[in-house]
Amino acid sequence: MIPLSWYLILSGLLFLIGLLAVLIRKNSIGILMGIELILNAANINLLAFWRYLYANSGDHRGQMFVIVVFVVAAAEAAVGLAMIISAYRRKNTIVANEINELKG
Amino acid sequence: MNTFNYPLIIWLLPVPPLLAFALIVLLINKSKKASHWTALGGAGLSFIGAMVVFIKAIGTSALAKNPIGSSLNWLPTGNTWLKIGTAVDPLSAITLFFVAWTILMIFIYSVGYHNYGQPKGDNDHPGLPPQGAVISEHGHSHRVPSIEPMYSRFFALISLFAFAMYMLVVSDNLLTLYIGWEVMGLCSYLLIGFWYAKDSVRKAAVKAFITTRIGDVFMLLGIAGLYSITGTLNFHEIFSNPLIMKGLTETISPVFGLSWAGLIGLLVFIGTVGKSAQFPLHVWLPDAMEGPTPVSAMIHAATMVSAGVYLSLRFFPLISAGWQPGEALTPTMTVVAVIGAFTALFAASIAIAQNDIKRVLAYSTISQLGYMVAAIGIGAYTAAAFHLFTHAFFKALLFLGSGSVIHGMEHGSLHIGEHIDAQDMRNMGGLGKKMPVTFWTFVVGGLALSGFPLITAGFWSKDEILSGAFNSAHMAIFVVLAISALLTAIYTARQLTMVFLSVPRTESASHASENKTVMTVPLAVLAFFAICAGWVGIPQEFPLLGKISSGWLQGFLDSMLPFKGEAAGHSLIPLMTSLGVSLGGLLIGWLIYRRYKEANQVDPLRLGLGPVYSLLQNKYWIDEFYSLAFIRPAYWFAEKVSYEFIDKKLIDGILHGIARIGLWLGKILRFGLDLPVVNGAGDGIATGTKKSGKLFSRLQNGKVQHYMGLAVLLLVITGMIVIYLAAAF
Repeated sequence: MIPLSWYLILSGLLFLIGLLAVLIRKNSIGILMGIELILNAANINLLAFWRYLYANSGDHRGQMFVIVVFVVAAAEAAVGLAMIISAYRRKNTIVANEINELKG
Repeated sequence: MNTFNYPLIIWLLPVPPLLAFALIVLLINKSKKASHWTALGGAGLSFIGAMVVFIKAIGTSALAKNPIGSSLNWLPTGNTWLKIGTAVDPLSAITLFFVAWTILMIFIYSVGYHNYGQPKGDNDHPGLPPQGAVISEHGHSHRVPSIEPMYSRFFALISLFAFAMYMLVVSDNLLTLYIGWEVMGLCSYLLIGFWYAKDSVRKAAVKAFITTRIGDVFMLLGIAGLYSITGTLNFHEIFSNPLIMKGLTETISPVFGLSWAGLIGLLVFIGTVGKSAQFPLHVWLPDAMEGPTPVSAMIHAATMVSAGVYLSLRFFPLISAGWQPGEALTPTMTVVAVIGAFTALFAASIAIAQNDIKRVLAYSTISQLGYMVAAIGIGAYTAAAFHLFTHAFFKALLFLGSGSVIHGMEHGSLHIGEHIDAQDMRNMGGLGKKMPVTFWTFVVGGLALSGFPLITAGFWSKDEILSGAFNSAHMAIFVVLAISALLTAIYTARQLTMVFLSVPRTESASHASENKTVMTVPLAVLAFFAICAGWVGIPQEFPLLGKISSGWLQGFLDSMLPFKGEAAGHSLIPLMTSLGVSLGGLLIGWLIYRRYKEANQVDPLRLGLGPVYSLLQNKYWIDEFYSLAFIRPAYWFAEKVSYEFIDKKLIDGILHGIARIGLWLGKILRFGLDLPVVNGAGDGIATGTKKSGKLFSRLQNGKVQHYMGLAVLLLVITGMIVIYLAAAF
């Protein structure tokens, strides 16, 4: 059986890729996609720990938590995309650094 | 008899002149005509009221016991009230009579004296006597007198004065009497200083005010003492209450061992000394002649200076407390008698050597007032009141006559354009033919003053005083008064001769002319009284005439006395004396001066008296002595001690010291505390906030990825710390 650490390393890599996308991508949609990656890295983590630690005891709360995260991710994607479209209409750009109205 | 409400009339007596004063000052002073009619109306109403009251008073029996009048509560003082009120007793009644007559006559005379109806002067200024105006008629122009520029002001002030005098006379208490007394002092000051643009006039006004003030302070002390002892200021309540009088007479005051009655009497008498210009406070009255002549006649001869003697007569029960006719005088009475007699002689001797027509009369007034004071001092109450009564008429007459002479002289000097002193008797002469009415009335006044026998009022009253002194065996007083009567007759003859007889000594005198009717009628009225006013007081003991005389005045006034009758007995010696000094003095004066024909001729008396004459002419150098003894030291003290030492060095020094300490303390606080600490903290907080704001605002660049990066960075650092700490412990 594949050991738990492999899943964790995959999850970590996925998280790093997502974080990197969030921090350095110019395109807002890329940033959104990075966030999705981070969320899924978390999901992998959740499922891996559930499978190795609680699957035999009949406790299904790990799976349910992941489903909740899916819902949140879907809602977040919907809202995020809507905001990006709205920002594009107003500013004619989706580059995150150019949308800086809140500059102090 | 009760057709009038007499107490109410008495209350209202002083009011019309006061209203006239207010009206003139506030509303109608632009119109000279309205002003003098208002003033005359006020004086006239008071005059009518005074006559009604006088007639009622002489028809009332036992007036002294039951004066006409009423009083009301005025000031609450603890449990009791300070009452003020009016009362007319025999003394007020006769005072009211001569006050009403002289005031009205002088008001009328003033209209003419201030040249009503004449044109306005070309160079006249308020504060200076009118200088005359040029008018042209029939192709040639000549100078005539011009109207007084401050005509309305004059009538307003004399109205105020009349109010105060009436108030003083009808008061039944010391408080309102004192108010009237002080208002008169103020009017005297304002009217002496009427032509205030002249330096000498201002000085005379200030001198009069301050000199009388010295007396007034003592008088106020006396009033305060009387009130604190008796608890009332009402004359009747004090003097007719045997218990109070006994207490005052028998308790000894802390001063000179006098009884309280004697001390209070003496203090009030000092008020008289100031107001009636007795030695040593007489110096203001001659200088007061700088005022217009009607003022001299009214204030400084007939009424205000008489008020001083009136006050002493009022206080006669206190001054003479513990004394019965025939006994030795009390200390207070001795002081009063000596001051009076000395003043009478002293002032009469000065009057002999004066050349200013008004100054002679001023010293004569002082001398005659001294007569009355001396009479009070020897207990001859009725004689003093009688002389007060007659003197008011003939002295007012003489002053108005002198004003008429001066006016005539000014008319003459304006007419021919000669510049001379119109008041100097050396410049006059021969005016009897030019100004007949003035001449004859002046002669009547002069004879009354010198006590010309039998017909004039002055003879009867002066004889009364002399016989009072003789019969009560005060020989020293009698001799002094007889000598001053002789001097009085001499200077009167000198004045009459120099002014009216002989030939004119200047061009002005030869062009002088008689004044208008408005000025001569008052002279005639007063001349009538200068003769007849004495007939009411012819003593019954007098040979021949006494048989037909009722001695009315004596009976009327004797009821005021605290004891029964005056010294008994009558002798022919005082009568002979007064006959002798009067006729002899007049003859001597005429003999000496009838040959005085040139204005620059040496005064015949100077030849006879030599250095004594200079002494008299310079008024015994009393003014110079006061200047040396009091005025200059006072100035020196004010300048050197009060101003330079106390004020500039001491007080200013302390103030400057305090200021310097304050400045120094302020500097320390400013540079040590305020600027570095308070300002520094305040500024530091503000700039610090600003700088940090600038610094942190760089973080807020609106770029979401920066925020995220920072968050991650912080998270990593925090995580590292937490992990390190968790591992460490």
